[in-house]
Amino acid sequence: MTERKIRVLVAKPGLDGHDRGAKVVARALRDAGMEVIYTGLRQTPEMIAEAALQEDVDVVGLSILSGAHMALAPRVLELLKANGQGQVRVFVGGIVPDEDVPRLREMGVSGIYGPGASTEDIIREIRDAIQ
Amino acid sequence: MAHMTLAESVLSGDRLALARLLTHVEGDSPEARAALAELFSYSGRAHLVGITGAPGTGKSSLVNQLALHFRKQEKRVAIVAVDPSSPFTGGAVLGDRVRMRDLSGDAGVFIRSMASRGSLGGLAQTTAAMTLVFDAAGFEIVMIETVGAGQNEVNIARLAHTTVVVEAPGLGDDIQAIKAGILEIADVLAINKADRPGVENTEKALRSMLELAHPTRKKFLHHGRPMIADAAAEAADSRLWIPPICRTVATDGKGVEGLAAAIALHAAHLRSTGGWNLRERERLRSEVEALLREALVRRFHAELSGETFESVIQNIFERKLSPWEAVRTLVNDRQA
Ligand SMILES: Nc1nc2c(ncn2[C@@H]2O[C@H](COP(=O)(O)OP(=O)(O)OP(=O)(O)O)[C@@H](O)[C@H]2O)c(=O)[nH]1
Ligand SMILES: [Mg+2]
Repeated sequence: MTERKIRVLVAKPGLDGHDRGAKVVARALRDAGMEVIYTGLRQTPEMIAEAALQEDVDVVGLSILSGAHMALAPRVLELLKANGQGQVRVFVGGIVPDEDVPRLREMGVSGIYGPGASTEDIIREIRDAIQ
Repeated sequence: MAHMTLAESVLSGDRLALARLLTHVEGDSPEARAALAELFSYSGRAHLVGITGAPGTGKSSLVNQLALHFRKQEKRVAIVAVDPSSPFTGGAVLGDRVRMRDLSGDAGVFIRSMASRGSLGGLAQTTAAMTLVFDAAGFEIVMIETVGAGQNEVNIARLAHTTVVVEAPGLGDDIQAIKAGILEIADVLAINKADRPGVENTEKALRSMLELAHPTRKKFLHHGRPMIADAAAEAADSRLWIPPICRTVATDGKGVEGLAAAIALHAAHLRSTGGWNLRERERLRSEVEALLREALVRRFHAELSGETFESVIQNIFERKLSPWEAVRTLVNDRQA
């Protein structure tokens, strides 16, 4: 039997309207052999947590360009926990000011990536995080 | 609560347990088999509806609309959305949920995406097991979305009681459908994107192909038989199902009511003609046969040493032995 595939939900919460970055990451993860559930634009934290549950994912990747990461990420973490999915790793991609990074980590975000991040790094860190 | 089995948790309505079990089912794990055995007696109630068709014809959008419609009738709806895996990396981007966002926040709906090669037990078998779980969990309608291209999809279609084939104008119409061999499996045809130019042509092409595939009423009546025979023919005729063609616009819901009615009508037809039980029985038969094959092969390998088997392969490779003789000897030796 082969190892179970890593399942990743890629979601785009908030109201900002483009998901190019999210799609690039989704394809990179696919090319790394992962199964990516792509949910599209304007997802609320509730929608994200619900999809994460139905899809039984290992990882949730949030693409947040709106600057609302300090509100959205903890809310998603909280809902995941409430649903019994506290083990799901949450990653954030987008524009996150340096001073927010340690705070997000403290809240339980496993990785934070700016626009210049390499997809190799993201892939490696996802693999490490769910070992 | 702590001592419930996974299957019991699923039966009690625990959605996390349901999601976990579906993961087990995809991995064909021993936990999955135990749970499926436990759940089996609760299954057999759901209407399994396959939604298939070429890429981009609007299957997910239609599933979204149909689910909204069934929800109005207070039916619980489960959706299995199958997308292809990359043959190179085994990874996949599963994007069907993008078109199903209207369904979020409704506890009467459960959507699960599946990569076609993510399953270890064979795609059709895994899908069958997934629908069994949903069925036992009390979902009355289970929709299965697949991209209609190959044998895999046809096998999945066989699983469904009702298969909806989705076409759209401007796909190279007739050739498209024939090539996929997909018309033969259609119980209901949807021409989606009916807001686009070319609907008339698509419908005309489908109608003429349907007439080839389903020689119907006309033939019976044109033979000019005596009254009694005619009545018999007519009775037989009512047992015939001619796939209706429904025009839909999945982006705004136009025609979806008609499509849902056609799906319900097909279920009623199957039930009144005994076709439902026939399909059910055939499906279960082929499932048992698949399991049996698998179990026998596994047992065979357990009883035969790997070296013996390899030496047989080597002999075949050296053309000292044919595969047919080899299998005959291997099987007979086991029986002796
Ligand atoms: N004009 C028009 N566009 C539609 C209609 N239905 C769906 N679409 C659009 O067609 C595109 C594909 O729709 P999907 O529902 O994702 O189609 P699909 O068959 O599930 O696609 P795959 O799963 O990728 O094969 C989307 O951009 C939809 O908005 C329709 O009735 N009319
Ligand atoms: Mg789709």
